[in-house]
Amino acid sequence: MGALGALGGAAALPAQAEFRVEISGIGATQLPITLLRFRGEDQGGENLISAIIKADLERSGAFRFVDAPLNIDETGAPGFADLRSRNTDALVAGSVSKLVDGRFDVRYKLWDVVKGADQGGQSLAVPAGDLRLAAHRIADAIYEKLTGEKGVFATRIAFVTKGGGRYTLRVADADGEGGQVPLTSPDPIISPAWSPDGHELAYVSFETRKPVVWVQDMATGQRRMVANFKGSNSAPAWSPDGRELAATLSRDGGSQLFLINRDGSNPRRITQSHAIDTEPVFSPDGKSIYFVSDRGGSPQIYRQPVGGGGAERVTFQGNYNVSPAISPDGRTMAFVQRQGSGAFRVMTMDLAGGTVQSVSDTNDDESPSFSPNGRFIIYATRASGRELLMTTTLDGKIKTRLLTSGLDIREPVWGPYGR
Amino acid sequence: MKVKWNVGAGAMSALALVWLAGCSSTKLDEPAPVENRTPTEVGANNNTTKPAESAVKTVDLNANAVPPAGLGRTVYFDFDSFVVKDEFRPIVEGYSKYLGANKAKKMQVEGHTDERGSREYNLALGQKRAEAVQKSMLLVGAAEGQLEAVSFGEERPAAQGSDEAAWAKNRRAELKDR
Repeated sequence: MGALGALGGAAALPAQAEFRVEISGIGATQLPITLLRFRGEDQGGENLISAIIKADLERSGAFRFVDAPLNIDETGAPGFADLRSRNTDALVAGSVSKLVDGRFDVRYKLWDVVKGADQGGQSLAVPAGDLRLAAHRIADAIYEKLTGEKGVFATRIAFVTKGGGRYTLRVADADGEGGQVPLTSPDPIISPAWSPDGHELAYVSFETRKPVVWVQDMATGQRRMVANFKGSNSAPAWSPDGRELAATLSRDGGSQLFLINRDGSNPRRITQSHAIDTEPVFSPDGKSIYFVSDRGGSPQIYRQPVGGGGAERVTFQGNYNVSPAISPDGRTMAFVQRQGSGAFRVMTMDLAGGTVQSVSDTNDDESPSFSPNGRFIIYATRASGRELLMTTTLDGKIKTRLLTSGLDIREPVWGPYGR
Repeated sequence: MKVKWNVGAGAMSALALVWLAGCSSTKLDEPAPVENRTPTEVGANNNTTKPAESAVKTVDLNANAVPPAGLGRTVYFDFDSFVVKDEFRPIVEGYSKYLGANKAKKMQVEGHTDERGSREYNLALGQKRAEAVQKSMLLVGAAEGQLEAVSFGEERPAAQGSDEAAWAKNRRAELKDR
């Protein structure tokens, strides 16, 4: 796969860092598609719209690109006979024009080559800072039209980098580009968690010489402590309605689960064990909490009603199952399992049947997180002594990797559709 | 306490601090005239086995006022263990006495783990180590409000590297001033 568009946001990453996405697997069936260069797209500077759309669709593993000697925009009339002879099934063309108010008008049209039919298009007027977003939205629209599934190219991911004695909380487009920095610190930052509306991040910062849970507004940078009790405060997880967070507090001794209102008020304990209870995560319906506990002697994943009450064990295979993440449809759980060899691997479990499947072939996996359409999992791992991020499809067949030279990348979490 | 003794002013002033501390009321008349005489030890001629009526036990506020020297501040743990091993008793006792003697002093016990596995689960494991050290210290002189047990999990390794030698150095609890 070729290089993507240049880094968006000059302040995002140090000069030596190069963020690349590489495909290490190929999907079984790929739809042949022809994507033309957008007329006037070089006006948008380095953010070439067609290149961003192409990279998005390519990364999904669902498409194969077919060249055609066509030079039209969304208003043109394509010759379908020639396109059919090249065995392509779909055509995308478009344009970028600068508006008087400084914004850009990005337009596209999609054609079904087989039927010779106009499949519709869109016009998006955006400021220069949202050109990448416009490209991702177009890729989402094309992806949904052709696969029937909602795309996640316009979503964002949050993660933490470590390097040069600094810890940096970063937010980037789902392709790893267009990075921005909500927080940078000389002290560790872990466990970022998106609010359901995508406006805030909860995370754990050690800046006060102990773990404290903070919530920060992405747009304004305003931040507040939501859990700063005696002892350690960690593992924030938002309820699906965004009104409260679950977190692990040691204020009563031991590590136990609590619910806290989003403003930090009214902490109430929801587990009562003499063991470690941590890594809470809500089920999508908001009724249950999945969490890790060593109450049975080894760390395993359990599920209990949010209001408290009987916890039932969910994982049984192996003696170390941690870091649960639940798919948006509530049917699949991703988690990390220690293998007999000592390797830590991302696995998935079908929650109805209990079937466990491996989706990773690396050895130091951590922190799995689902894309909002439930089709991908992002996780952290290590290769050649460096920390990096991977994405995988649920069947494990298509993987991409995101890495920088010079920085360790960790703690990924996939944001919701909104931003 | 009533003490009547016939000693010179020099001896009197040497004992004054301790003596005053033990007396409920003190009457200081005009200074006694200076006599050139060697004072006799009070109770020196008493042959009974009872403690001397005038015995004075010295409390040295300096003894535990400074942190114990040469002990180190780090307690190491075995793999998957939260037991404070006997070899670290001097650290636990030394700093507990120090805190017992300095009630205003506060310390933080920081638990750490090696790098393997989940960051959040490791944070909880580090907390368990910190609380184990905290509990031992509360038993031998430190007060509840003087100690806070917190965890850094795997985030602040003492040794870099991914082998048992590094991991052993990272499974620890450290005593830090607050």
